[in-house]
Amino acid sequence: MQQIINFIIRNKTFLLFLLLFSVSLFFTFQSHSYHKSKFINSANFLTGGVYESVSNISGYIGLKKENQILLEENNRLKSILFNAKVVESQDFFIDSSLYDGNYLLKVAEVIKNSYSLTNNYLTINKGKKDDIKKELGVISSKGIVGVIDKVSPNYGRVMSILNTNTKVNAQLKKTDHFGTLLWNGESPYVVQLTDLPKQAPVVVGDTIITGGLSTIFPKGIPIGTIASFKLDETENYFEIDVVLFNDMTSIGHVYIIENLDATEISNLNNLNE
Amino acid sequence: MNNAITTNIARFIALVLVQVLVLNHINFLGYVNPYIYILFIILFPVKNNRLLFVFLAFLLGMSIDLFSDSGGVHAAASVSIAYIRPIILKFSFGAIYEHQTIKFSSTEIGQRLTYFLIIILIHHLILFSLEIFNTSKIILIFQKTLFSSIFTLILCILITVLFSKKTK
Repeated sequence: MQQIINFIIRNKTFLLFLLLFSVSLFFTFQSHSYHKSKFINSANFLTGGVYESVSNISGYIGLKKENQILLEENNRLKSILFNAKVVESQDFFIDSSLYDGNYLLKVAEVIKNSYSLTNNYLTINKGKKDDIKKELGVISSKGIVGVIDKVSPNYGRVMSILNTNTKVNAQLKKTDHFGTLLWNGESPYVVQLTDLPKQAPVVVGDTIITGGLSTIFPKGIPIGTIASFKLDETENYFEIDVVLFNDMTSIGHVYIIENLDATEISNLNNLNE
Repeated sequence: MNNAITTNIARFIALVLVQVLVLNHINFLGYVNPYIYILFIILFPVKNNRLLFVFLAFLLGMSIDLFSDSGGVHAAASVSIAYIRPIILKFSFGAIYEHQTIKFSSTEIGQRLTYFLIIILIHHLILFSLEIFNTSKIILIFQKTLFSSIFTLILCILITVLFSKKTK
């Protein structure tokens, strides 16, 4: 017994080192698996507060560019609105059935962004108090950004599309062939589309959009264009490099999409299994 | 003594803030970031309570992890270099270290450079191995380690030169 105590006293630094090292390894491995990084994330009171106060100051610098982006988007939406009116005015009786009110959009501001790690996260200034939940999709005016994976009362953490754990259902714009969108951790401008069947007519320059299979994103949100493609080892599926429309290195305002039918759809899917 | 404690607390907070608010967003050439917060570990007084030192290194790494959503990779790397620091000190400064009387400002530049370089290289290697955690991307690990180390080393040297007290 005494020898054990002696051993502990003699090696106390080493034991402390071992303990702390294993604690940090534990956190590291948790962060490598999806949905498990419970304790250490930037959506808490302290880090969220620091990031928000800095973002309040630095936000002024990018105001001109933000304005430009908003103007462009307004312009695009207005043109859709005005053009749609022309068509609808011919038979306006069906307007209420035309409107598909399944999705609720909310605006949020990105207060922290990263893109140089292998698992990147963004922090936004909306949280539980603004009725933000886990598993909601996040897009910008140009394309998809990520999925919310953690919320605190005032802040939320978004698992960026530039995260090796993120998987998003995506498809070709012109046909309905779908695959899974992943990131290999290399360039922040290029993501990979895998599991696309080789029957699909893939051409460089084609547009990739989100598919309707997941309940997170509605179908048809732009993702990017095909830069190059090849068949994978099984020779049955394509592996495609997709250049993102979004510049993930510079994201200011984002929209959070909530699918109001998500629980209904997932309940239905669970029945099948 | 009191003075040393205040200096180190101030250094801790300043380095963490500078790291997470400025340096994590440099992304030179897409992925090269300097990690100068380890200056705290490098410049920590040599005469110290090793238990406290290892624990402080853990706290330092954990605060960086909190801000950058990286799990525990910074904590693991910082704790490791804090633990093996005496060996590196002995290796780079030799006999002076035995008497426990080093002042970093009065050491030779060559010795100081080796000391900085070894600590930075070990720290970055552990950091990127854990962060990427994939043996098939070992080239990427070495590449990131090499470029970030050069960047960190240059910044660390500059900062120590800028903030050193002139003894004239």
